[in-house]
Amino acid sequence: MNRLSWFNTVSLTLGFAFLYIPMVILIIFSFNESKLVTVWAGFSTKWYGELIQNQAFLDAAWVTLRVAVFSSTLATILGTAAAYVLVRSGRFFGRTLFSGMIYAPLVMPEVITGLSLLLLFIGIGLDRGILTIVLAHTTFSMCFVSVVVSSRLVTFDQSLEEAALDLGCSPAQAFRLVTLPIIAPAVISGWLLAFTLSLDDLVIASFTSGPSATTLPIKIFSAVRLGVSPEINALSTLMIAVVTVGVIAASLVTKRAMMRQRQDEQAAARTE
Amino acid sequence: MRRALLIAVPYVWLLALFMVPFFIVLKISLSDTALAIPPYTPTLDLSGGWAGIKDFFSQLDLENFVWLTEDDLYWKAYLSSVKIALISTVLTLIVGYPIAYAMARAPEEWRPTLMMLIILPFWTSFLIRVYAWMGILSNEGYLNQLLLWTGIISTPLTILNTNTAVYIGIVYTYLPFMILPIYSALERMDGSLIEAAEDLGCSRLQAFWLVTIPLSRPGIIAGCFLVMIPVIGEFVIPSLLGGSGTLMIGKVLWEEFFSNRDWPVASAVAVVLLLILVIPIVLFQRNQQKQTEAEK
Repeated sequence: MNRLSWFNTVSLTLGFAFLYIPMVILIIFSFNESKLVTVWAGFSTKWYGELIQNQAFLDAAWVTLRVAVFSSTLATILGTAAAYVLVRSGRFFGRTLFSGMIYAPLVMPEVITGLSLLLLFIGIGLDRGILTIVLAHTTFSMCFVSVVVSSRLVTFDQSLEEAALDLGCSPAQAFRLVTLPIIAPAVISGWLLAFTLSLDDLVIASFTSGPSATTLPIKIFSAVRLGVSPEINALSTLMIAVVTVGVIAASLVTKRAMMRQRQDEQAAARTE
Repeated sequence: MRRALLIAVPYVWLLALFMVPFFIVLKISLSDTALAIPPYTPTLDLSGGWAGIKDFFSQLDLENFVWLTEDDLYWKAYLSSVKIALISTVLTLIVGYPIAYAMARAPEEWRPTLMMLIILPFWTSFLIRVYAWMGILSNEGYLNQLLLWTGIISTPLTILNTNTAVYIGIVYTYLPFMILPIYSALERMDGSLIEAAEDLGCSRLQAFWLVTIPLSRPGIIAGCFLVMIPVIGEFVIPSLLGGSGTLMIGKVLWEEFFSNRDWPVASAVAVVLLLILVIPIVLFQRNQQKQTEAEK
């Protein structure tokens, strides 16, 4: 089947139109001169200018960025370890509970996660701020990382690891020299996923942040509750641009890594 | 030794920051409201020894849960959340299935690009995607302007702040969660099976119904759970797109906590919500495990 039937063409066109038109409208109207967001009054970049001068947004963006970097890095380490345990460690005491704790946060309503973490932090007397948001974000995003990494681990040829062990590697060396390079694309996309989840999160951050640390989504939410504003459109456009560039760059990097890997495998097959 | 450490670190992390907090929620749901910080009593004071612990347990009661059954706001909110979640899951499936199907039937060299186009909105902020619809659906919004301009309607439709807007918002934001698992199930399917069914006398529709749908069932199940479970507790969409008539339990919990500052009742709301979700969450996890094992 090389060509799409008309039905499939129509569903793809409508589907992508539905997904993208709202964002395209948002981007177009961020360049609107008028304060009235629904009436076009000519091209202008003045809302971007106002955005750059808005100290509250800049502060919130800086908090958000720091939280995202710390929590996604921690989540990647913990999530990769968890994936490795789930896929490779066989049976151990409490395995069912462990895999339950990995899958449950994926679908757990954020209000519950947020509330329960807040009550924990208050219970142990931890002041709410950047640290508590990082802990909270790490907890739920490590589960996403672990799902991404374990899907790569299950398809991976375990005999490569065994060969490294036979050739005298310690388990840690085998992991570092053989396993890690092969699962690296999955680990990187896990990190990116954790990073965007953290950038994006409103509900859990609202529960676990204190007056000293406000994240960008919290700021956006309180502004948006009052209605549509051109400044928020400009901010959204910037965020969409950053994510789009990031995702495209990441997919090019992983594509290249995968192609190189395939070439290596083919070369290895030839020399055999 | 290393293996034990590798297991222990993520395990202890999840126990401490995922499991333990639930027990704290349970405990507070059994406490009384107090005008203090933290705004509930009793707090567990281990310095009192055994007597302190006994005293602590004797003060716990089911008052907050009784309260949930007495005020009909709560059970109405639970029911309406489940209803909204079920309807929007079906809507998402209806919208998502043809897209996933068309992606799986597209020429192979297009697929990575199509896949990226589906994932891209998923990476952009959830909040922004919901916000984008506020401008479209409002009374002076772009949709009404378009409809008025084309002459389809003569007075603007009220869509924002109704349940219709909530459904649109949910389908829009959760669509990738539905498409991706179905697509991955359909992509793995062997196309010759359809040809075989057609050779054996099935019409195209019959072949679709008897072969394609059953083979994509694990994807459909995963997609439906991934949409339905989080939507039951959804907060952002009903609070931005819904109106005063949109009753959802995530919003009730939020207001109980942040506006009324009634932590024990908020905790009781969370405990009941969790009880409602336990069955679908366990089913979802089983489905995922079965899939992982099938892939091995």
